Amino acid sequence: MQEEMRMDPRVYLMGEEVAQYNGAYKVSQGMLDEFGPERIIDTPIAELGFAGIGVGSAMNGLKPIIEFMTFNFSLVAIDQVINSAAKVMSMSGGQYGCPIVFRGPTGNAGMLSSQHSQNFENWFANTAGLKVVVPSNPYDAKGLLKSSIRDNDPVIFMESELMYGDKGEVPEGEYVIPIGKADIKKQGTDVTLVSFGKMMKVALGAAEELAKEGISAEVIDLRSVRPIDYTTVVESVKKTNRLVVIEEAWPLASISSEISYHVQRYAFDYLDAPVHRVTSLDVPLPYAPTLIEAILPNVEKTVKAAKAVLYRN
Amino acid sequence: MEKVKNKASKNGKASQTKHPKERYQFWFENMLLMRRFEEKAGQLYGQQKIKGFCHLYIGQEACASGAVSASIKGDKWITAYRDHGLPLALGSEPNALMAELFAKATGCSKGKGGSMHFFDKEVNFLGGHGIVGAQVPMGAGIAFSEKYNKTGKVCFCYMGDGAVRQGAFHEALNMAMNWKLPVIFVIENNGYAMGTSVQRTSNVTELYKLGSAFDMPSEAVNGMSPEAIHDAFYEAAERARRGEGPTLLELRTYRYKGHSMSDPAKYRTKEELEDYKNQDPIEHVRGVLLENGWATELELETIESKIKDIVNASVTFAEESPFPTADEVYKDVYAEADYPYIID
Ligand SMILES: Cc1ncc(C[n+]2csc(CCOP(=O)(O)OP(=O)(O)O)c2C)c(N)n1
Ligand SMILES: [Mg+2]
Repeated sequence: MQEEMRMDPRVYLMGEEVAQYNGAYKVSQGMLDEFGPERIIDTPIAELGFAGIGVGSAMNGLKPIIEFMTFNFSLVAIDQVINSAAKVMSMSGGQYGCPIVFRGPTGNAGMLSSQHSQNFENWFANTAGLKVVVPSNPYDAKGLLKSSIRDNDPVIFMESELMYGDKGEVPEGEYVIPIGKADIKKQGTDVTLVSFGKMMKVALGAAEELAKEGISAEVIDLRSVRPIDYTTVVESVKKTNRLVVIEEAWPLASISSEISYHVQRYAFDYLDAPVHRVTSLDVPLPYAPTLIEAILPNVEKTVKAAKAVLYRN
Repeated sequence: MEKVKNKASKNGKASQTKHPKERYQFWFENMLLMRRFEEKAGQLYGQQKIKGFCHLYIGQEACASGAVSASIKGDKWITAYRDHGLPLALGSEPNALMAELFAKATGCSKGKGGSMHFFDKEVNFLGGHGIVGAQVPMGAGIAFSEKYNKTGKVCFCYMGDGAVRQGAFHEALNMAMNWKLPVIFVIENNGYAMGTSVQRTSNVTELYKLGSAFDMPSEAVNGMSPEAIHDAFYEAAERARRGEGPTLLELRTYRYKGHSMSDPAKYRTKEELEDYKNQDPIEHVRGVLLENGWATELELETIESKIKDIVNASVTFAEESPFPTADEVYKDVYAEADYPYIID
């Protein structure tokens, strides 16, 4: 964010606790000092209001970054995201666009119970006019965030509370990662594991376990769920003939159902087994660790699913 | 701390100043264009040449005209779906607006918006919005960017009386006041949100008083009087340009027609309608022009027939224009030219 704000004076950051408090999760540490209160703006707790202010300012020439403390709270503002940001370009016949980034953490983040542990990637991905980016590691997060800020369309950028502490190689210098290009994290021949965001750790962990048993998994990080890089997935399935999708959201009308549709439509003759998926169970996520363990996707469940499509046990 | 002004009579504050001849001439022509354009639109709707939802502005014309005369070039405008009046008042091409109603490719929004979503960047009209109240924070955001860029321009953000019951309204007013955004919040209080009267939605029926929750300068204005509206808008805009932040104006007005074309408006009395028609802003301005010898009957008739020609020409233009072709489907959704749509 800092690098982009230094380069483009139209970019500003707005949200709850982003300025004086340095961010609820310290994401905007030091930014108030560097850019001042005109560009790093604390808001009252009024998601609908400040999302709308962001949209109006984007239509009128600025490039706002609107932070939701978490995406659970974005539901209060979803009208402005779906009905305003995603629609003004079309409704105005191309006269007004909305170059805005809505960002913040998504997904479960420890024992926070059901209102603070949700994944709405598929909700936003369903809406034409938006782009939805979900990085899985620090290197990607920087390159994808830069692309998102530079993008002239509204971008939903979904981070992870649990990964804010992650450490990884992040070059100081300038680089961008294009939105809509999946990343093949690990080449493999026996089964394809597709995931994105925090669940990439599960996918990669499962691939490691499978390797111990001589199973070679190809692991794909979608990086964005709108648009989705279907080509990379289909090409991989044509090679491995088997697919498991891992996703933190609930199963119905999810990214995994979408990928499954696409693969049966465009790689049907290549499939040697039905597509399987590992999602959260179809219930709210409660407080108790035992229940969380039972509900969320994990390495063990993923390994089991991979073996199922390989007809092994 | 500013005190909320409480100068409201039943109809809101009247004008205290004398306005020049040219302004009355502008108002007359400007309001008459809106009136005739919409009368024609109503007819065409009856003939099913115009489809969708269609909300007429007839009766409320002063709220646009009196505002436009008090604004400067570069000021921004946003409103809800009752949006035919503002762009017409701002000087949008009637042809493009009529074509939009006809869903034609030559429409101001290329036939993609329709009646509820007129947009015209030429005149800084940032739209017609269909979610009641959503344009209120957007208007604050437009003002935010004017302040950010230190332009000295303001945003006029219109809404109906129904919109003030939305949370978005209260959130936006609060932040706009706290941040001294150059925005004028304009409530067009026509007494009803669809069939629900203002009295039935809250104990607070003098809507300008809602500004007091945020210490915002607020007043009720006679919404049938272009003079009063001009004065109030000018004062509010000047305050905003000086960096002193927003104003809430409640324009007490009336829509002569139903909420939309399908509404026979049975929830109100004939007397109430007649009472407002007797205060018709166009008739009022016509009277002032004649009484002062600023125009003759003949001159006003010439204007009438000129406007009739403009409106008729816009219908011809709209009828002769093509519908958007199917290749438009994937245009104007993303700024990105080669977005990879899912095409099964
Ligand atoms: C959020 C939302 N709820 C309901 C509607 C349906 N609706 C359209 S117009 C309207 C009445 C609004 O009245 P008001 O704000 O007074 O504006 P007016 O029509 O009088 O100009 C309603 C309820 C809507 N468009 N948006
Ligand atoms: Mg109303």
